[in-house]
Amino acid sequence: MADYTNMWESLGLDLKSHDALLSVLGNAYSDIFLSQKNRPEGMKYFDFVMSEVHGLRIQEIVNAKEQGRKIIGSYCVFVPEELVLAVDGVAVGLCAGAEFNFEGAETLLPRNTCSLIKSAFGFKLGKVCPYLEACDVVVGENTCDGKKKAYEILGPLVKDLYIMDLPQTKSETAKALLKDEYRKFITKLEDVSGKKVTADSLKKAIEIVNAKRMAVKRLAAIRAADPAPISGLDALLVNQVFFHDDPFRFTDSVNKLCDELELRVKNNSGVFPEGTTRVIVSGCPMAVPNWKVPLLIESSNAVIVGEESCVGERGTRWLTEVGGNTVEEMLDSIVDRYFNIDCAIFTPNPSRVGYVKEMTKNLHADGVIHYSLQFCQPYIMESGPVESELEKSGIPTLRIETDYSQEDAGQLKTRIEAFVERLKKK
Amino acid sequence: MKYAGIDIGSRTIKLAVLENGRLIFSRKSVASYNPLETAHDLMDSAEFDVITATGYGRHLVKSHLSCPVISEITAFVLGARFFPNNCRSILDIGGQDTKAILLDPDGNLCKFEMNDRCAAGTGRFLEVMAAVLGFTMEEFSTAALSANRAVKINSMCTVFAESEVVSLISQGADRDEVARGIHRAIVSRSAGLLKRIAPDGGIFFAGGVALNGCVRILLEQEMNRPVFVPPDPQIVGAIGAALKGSDD
Repeated sequence: MADYTNMWESLGLDLKSHDALLSVLGNAYSDIFLSQKNRPEGMKYFDFVMSEVHGLRIQEIVNAKEQGRKIIGSYCVFVPEELVLAVDGVAVGLCAGAEFNFEGAETLLPRNTCSLIKSAFGFKLGKVCPYLEACDVVVGENTCDGKKKAYEILGPLVKDLYIMDLPQTKSETAKALLKDEYRKFITKLEDVSGKKVTADSLKKAIEIVNAKRMAVKRLAAIRAADPAPISGLDALLVNQVFFHDDPFRFTDSVNKLCDELELRVKNNSGVFPEGTTRVIVSGCPMAVPNWKVPLLIESSNAVIVGEESCVGERGTRWLTEVGGNTVEEMLDSIVDRYFNIDCAIFTPNPSRVGYVKEMTKNLHADGVIHYSLQFCQPYIMESGPVESELEKSGIPTLRIETDYSQEDAGQLKTRIEAFVERLKKK
Repeated sequence: MKYAGIDIGSRTIKLAVLENGRLIFSRKSVASYNPLETAHDLMDSAEFDVITATGYGRHLVKSHLSCPVISEITAFVLGARFFPNNCRSILDIGGQDTKAILLDPDGNLCKFEMNDRCAAGTGRFLEVMAAVLGFTMEEFSTAALSANRAVKINSMCTVFAESEVVSLISQGADRDEVARGIHRAIVSRSAGLLKRIAPDGGIFFAGGVALNGCVRILLEQEMNRPVFVPPDPQIVGAIGAALKGSDD
């Protein structure tokens, strides 16, 4: 990696802590990812992205800023990338996947806050997330109560925190609220960028994001093959990089990876032997570098064949219809698309478990591991009914509740191994 | 062929050897700071052809002996079959884990629940509480059985419960009644796990805590279902591991 010290310094990063973070991240990455056997060649691109995730990509973002483009950061798949691109902005997902500076976070947040929120604060207070520091606007969306209230505390710490309200039911009034919020977001984006959302710019933006999602959907479908052509860890990584990379290059790289994987499927070759126990992971998002549970699963004689998660199919499975000619019509298509997202903040939320069943069938999975972050009330609450519904449909399910620490790795390993042993007997 | 199973638990390490489906050797040792050495001592004392490891230290043994491993949960499912019984569920309370396991009608693993991360309400909890009250483990169980009532213990966290017990004693609470309260606390927690997954049928009770007569009796009362404790409840996992070796 080139020397980015000046760039990091100008972004206001704490260089010492940042170096320490990068070194831990680098070691974890090589232990977890580079040590895997039979990896697709196409993953080399993603290895490169990860090695430059705080380097080259930030350089690109800084360059974009210098050209007058605005950097819009967010923590949620409800923030439409299409709208950001329509004002020629850069959309980035913000860091919330590592146990970093939790002591610092706990000076502002209660201890029993979920790891994802604590992580976002840990990064901010520790000044180690260059994405966050490069942002012109940070979008805080009102999803769960934890995030909602945390944004009130985050507000004074960042340059420009924009709050987007979100509905919690799937009623017509809820949909109108979402549309209204997206309309306000357009105004905000137009204000900060000095550019207008036009029918032309919005249409292009929709096409860019659709292409990106189509590539990831293609990858998801290929994973139905046995032997699995790609590990769950690598596929998760692609879904994580989705939030950080340049959209064109990302789409292109995922499609190249898919070309290679389709060949693998044709040749009946894969990363794990044919007949390896297959699981779906469903639940809370796993933001980069949260690889804890997938690593435990894939080192317990099983392969992950799908993620029903915001960093996974919940974030990517719907495309935006490209039919409209006016901004208004296209905004309707965008609202239609985002209103499908079956996040556990919605009540009731039946389509989520329905889709987990569909994934299990389509991807030939043997069982489902339901992953909740400790203190994430919406997903933990939903996990009970999801588990009983799946078990009732003959889909073995293991519920786990964990955080970013390693203290429960031993107990988790035992439970995951036992679950895999249960699946093998079938 | 002699099939051995070794169960490396947090408090004890257990070894069992089976030949022609019969238990021909079993031995236990208190786990030390060097579980591998303790495991080696145990293995040196026995004769066997193949060995399978289970327990939280299974991967440690695997990396040294390159032997197969199975999780404790599967080991208990297999081990329970060794003892004639018709239980539909297994409760294992060991040194740092509590597991409730539901079996299908053929005796296969169907569903399980396990404590998440800390040792609340496990064998270690009982040990610490016995020490706080100045009892040996045997005295502890006997004292709890002799009490006519139980003092309510609110905390299941070993650290919090210890300070709760200390303050109860300083307020003049009866030692035996506190002992019974501690036993009741561990039973209601385990019963909660069991009720969640296994609504009926006999309970196969294993692990070191099954040696405690008071826990056994209170469990039977709380669940109102028959509780079966095998002759040596600590060896069940090791037997299960040995059986796994003989199956493969």
